[in-house]
Amino acid sequence: MLRRMRKSTVYFIAGGLIIFVVIQLLLSLGILNNYWRGIIFWGAAISMVALGLNLIYGFNGQFSLGQYGFYAIGAYASADITYRWVHSDPSGIVVVLFGSLLTLGLYVAVTAFLRRFYGVTVMARFTFYILATILAFAIAVAGLVPLLGPAVNSILQVLPAAISRQIVFFVALLGGACLAGIASFLFGIPVLELGSDYFGIATLGFTIIVKVLLDNTDTILPFPEMKGARGMIGIPQWTTWPWVFASLLLVILVMRNVLHSSVGRAIVSVREDERAAELVGIDAATTKVLAFVLGSVFAGLAGGIRAHDLAFLHPQSFNFIQSFNPLIIVVFGGLSSMTGTIITGFFWIFLLEGLLRLYLPEGFETWRLVVYPLVLLVMMLLRPEGLFGRYEIPFLRRVLPPLPTKTVEIQEEAV
Amino acid sequence: MWLRLIWAVRLWKSGREIMALLEVKDLYVSYGAIRALHGVSFHVDRGEVVTLIGANGAGKSTTLRTISGLQPADSGSIVYDGVDITRTPASNIVPLGIIQVPEGRRIFAPLTVRENLEMGAFTRKDKREIAESMEHVFQLFPRLKERVEQTGGTLSGGEQQMLAVARALMAKPKLLLMDEPSMGLAPILVEEIFDIIQEINREGVTVLLVEQNAHMALSIANRGYVLETGTIELEGEAQVLADNPRVREAYLGGG
Amino acid sequence: MAQTFSRPAKNGAMMQRHNGMLLNRFSQGFFILLGLFVVYVLGRAFLQNPKVFVEQVLNGLQLGFIYALIALGYTMIYGIVKLINFAHGDVFMVGAFTSFYAVATLQLHRWPTWLFPGVSEGLMILIGTVTVILTAMLFSATLAVVIERFAYKPLRSKPRIAALITAIGVSFFVEYFGALPFAFTNNYITYPRPFEVNVYSGEMISPLLVVGAWVLFVISLLLSGWFTWTSRHGNVQAQTWKRHPLLQFGLLFFGFMAVVLTLTGVKIETGGKVWDLSVSNVMLIIMGASILLQTLLQYVVSHTRIGKAMRAAAYDKAVARLMGINVDGVITATFALGGGLAGAAGVLYATAFKQVHHLMGIIPGLKAFVAAVVGGIGSIPGAFVGSLIMGQTEVLAAGFISTPMRDAVAFSLLIVVLLVWPQGIFGEPPAEKV
Repeated sequence: MLRRMRKSTVYFIAGGLIIFVVIQLLLSLGILNNYWRGIIFWGAAISMVALGLNLIYGFNGQFSLGQYGFYAIGAYASADITYRWVHSDPSGIVVVLFGSLLTLGLYVAVTAFLRRFYGVTVMARFTFYILATILAFAIAVAGLVPLLGPAVNSILQVLPAAISRQIVFFVALLGGACLAGIASFLFGIPVLELGSDYFGIATLGFTIIVKVLLDNTDTILPFPEMKGARGMIGIPQWTTWPWVFASLLLVILVMRNVLHSSVGRAIVSVREDERAAELVGIDAATTKVLAFVLGSVFAGLAGGIRAHDLAFLHPQSFNFIQSFNPLIIVVFGGLSSMTGTIITGFFWIFLLEGLLRLYLPEGFETWRLVVYPLVLLVMMLLRPEGLFGRYEIPFLRRVLPPLPTKTVEIQEEAV
Repeated sequence: MWLRLIWAVRLWKSGREIMALLEVKDLYVSYGAIRALHGVSFHVDRGEVVTLIGANGAGKSTTLRTISGLQPADSGSIVYDGVDITRTPASNIVPLGIIQVPEGRRIFAPLTVRENLEMGAFTRKDKREIAESMEHVFQLFPRLKERVEQTGGTLSGGEQQMLAVARALMAKPKLLLMDEPSMGLAPILVEEIFDIIQEINREGVTVLLVEQNAHMALSIANRGYVLETGTIELEGEAQVLADNPRVREAYLGGG
Repeated sequence: MAQTFSRPAKNGAMMQRHNGMLLNRFSQGFFILLGLFVVYVLGRAFLQNPKVFVEQVLNGLQLGFIYALIALGYTMIYGIVKLINFAHGDVFMVGAFTSFYAVATLQLHRWPTWLFPGVSEGLMILIGTVTVILTAMLFSATLAVVIERFAYKPLRSKPRIAALITAIGVSFFVEYFGALPFAFTNNYITYPRPFEVNVYSGEMISPLLVVGAWVLFVISLLLSGWFTWTSRHGNVQAQTWKRHPLLQFGLLFFGFMAVVLTLTGVKIETGGKVWDLSVSNVMLIIMGASILLQTLLQYVVSHTRIGKAMRAAAYDKAVARLMGINVDGVITATFALGGGLAGAAGVLYATAFKQVHHLMGIIPGLKAFVAAVVGGIGSIPGAFVGSLIMGQTEVLAAGFISTPMRDAVAFSLLIVVLLVWPQGIFGEPPAEKV
């Protein structure tokens, strides 16, 4: 079987296994303490968010500043599921999981319905999808919780505690990712129409809106357990290295396979020239929504991972200043380089939150945020294409030669 | 002292008589790794209409861009009126008396016709002279006078081309570079534009005309150059070029 | 053969599609209902307590006038370099801090008394305040130019994202450099106003002032109408007169002044309820300064050589170069103008809210950008109108919908407006370039 694989695949699997085993050993043997464990998990989460952004911006050309919003949605949603479960309330699982499933079903129905019409405006499509979402979650909250809640509860109680815990965690991660996906879908339909810079500002606005909502989860939204601006405590610390590794691997593999498929070529062609892509039959609007939703699902998944590692969530850590981080990582690592994004993501957290926080003397804490924009400026002057440019490790490399990036460059029109 | 002055004046006079207004020598220009001009040399004498003809991508527009200072030259020289302007930035070229009518009109659509014309006179300071030039331009293009407070974008294609030419004339140029003035215009408007070019030339403005419409261009030009893939392939009197079998075949539609 | 092209292929798999007009109408109805609901909420609030409602509207007006000054810079800079200048909000912040130091440390607002000890209090405050504002404008303009020269200019030929990341970097740098202990520190600092706050209630506003404002407004309105009418009938001169800055200023300033003074100067007692609003001099100064500066800017952009060059370069840089316009110089001038306006806005904002902080520029900056986009990027009246809308939205949302949601509603405005007018309210559709 090994012989039939490509060499790059073998190397990738071997490398992944080695990294997995080494870090697992270091963690089990206690060489890496909790602090560094947190840094590694955080780095993985940030890398996932940045990979999602790279899909949206690097490969599809849509400049999003909203990834932290979806990250926050994923984190809070999954944290709420497990929090409720720990407090023996299965409603979180039922609502998020079945509500999402119901929503997806209704989306399929709405899509099939809308396909029967021509000339439907963006507003109209948006209206129908949002009505479908509201309907699905209303059903889930009002109908499914009393109906399925006890059943779910009893099934999970029958299983051994360790297993049911993993199942709940899995459902929580899935639920967080689904909610982030649904939110990005609803947000993306109208906003992706706006065009690059306006889309960027609108997504920045989205991050701010999410932050405001999180600040008021206990007053405006009906989630007293999230405790609004005081921060959510009591989240079970369930994230382990295998979960982190599996999530990151999943994100990488999904992204690679999407990009290597015809969908991926459509995504890239929309970045190069939307109009030309439409002329050869690519549905640009759908492609953009697809890339945006997929990228946001990654962010939601990362949020779940991060929430269950930190065991504490505060709206301040999702404010929009933070939301520039994934963008900076993507640009630093190299637009449309997955390898660069992952490595930069880890190093970003490792340097900024790990080394500098530990080893800078007391009074210099504030200097961290003065020096790093300077590094950014120098970097942009000297190497605007990012550290890795468009380098990929062989496994992630496209079969076709990469296209030159055009959209991201200013070209003054010739005279 | 006096002797030197007389000598200088004499040199100046003789120079003005002999020297071409524009002398391009061995010009190499590239866009990144792609070389667009491979040693182009030509000259434009005072009072002439000279045309550069050639196919798409031959380097005609690049030549004009380089003269105007928008595109840096790799090597070679551009001498205008005895001054080397190869490395002069675009904003210092216009005051010397060179201005370009860009391809595809490229008027400032949100500005009014008057403001467009004022932009042409941007490098000139004397308000009275500018007003005179504007009157003169309105004599040439009476239709623009009717539309003076309209924004450029509301004009028709022919009027926009006239505005582009008028805008360039506002700089009171000695050398007018024209890039494809006939592009996208109806044949009757093309003739009108070429009549105007001739009239401008009669007023003493030297014209360097880049055209794909070789037939029209050669009919009003004194001399012509044929540009092919970045080099001058042929040159000569316009009439001679028009009769040249190669030119006839390649640019004048056979026969 | 021709038939094949003119008729759609008869394909069994082809779906029969219906016109989606009904669905569109349905969604329009849905959004109109939502809009009506908002109108209902606001209307109910107005009827319940008109005094509070009008007070909120006045507050929104004040905020909107400040946003307008920031948004003008944003819209001009975006118009010419197509870059979201994230550092613009920080220029605004530096403007506020400059005036803070000018007032608190240097006592610059009292300089006339150094030279002429006998100068009257009122004159001193006027001159002093103007000096403080000018100082802040000068500092902010310098900062904006420095940022442009050292951070953005070297990147003009690089990929666009590089400039954007640089803008974010510059913004962070200014903010967190400001947080350093020897700069502005990261505390909220109380801002000493360069002048005393006076609140004028109904009795203190002389009716003469109100009537005067109305008369001047009506005169401007009549003049403007007359010029419009004559220019329609072929008077070219009238078109230029119609756009005269003095007339614009008269229309805007006396219009707003008349409305505000009427609302606050009137005292009515009906059924036990007293309509007695007051207006502070801060509000009037903000209004006057904002309208003055925006008319000045309008004048510069539409009537001066450099302003016309700005518009030309914003439309087509390459041709602007061909016309001999020094585009780099024009861009620098744009940054200077925008920075100066942001600095003035900083002073006014600090005066209104009596507080300065090293991160104070972020949210107003972003909101002003949203306002500029809502009004139509690149359009000066658009930035002004967009900012007024933004100010109202924010204050009304905070007052009558939900206080914490003010930012959320403000940013939702962007999405809603762009869906209805994709180019913004005053924006022009971009030239089709294929």
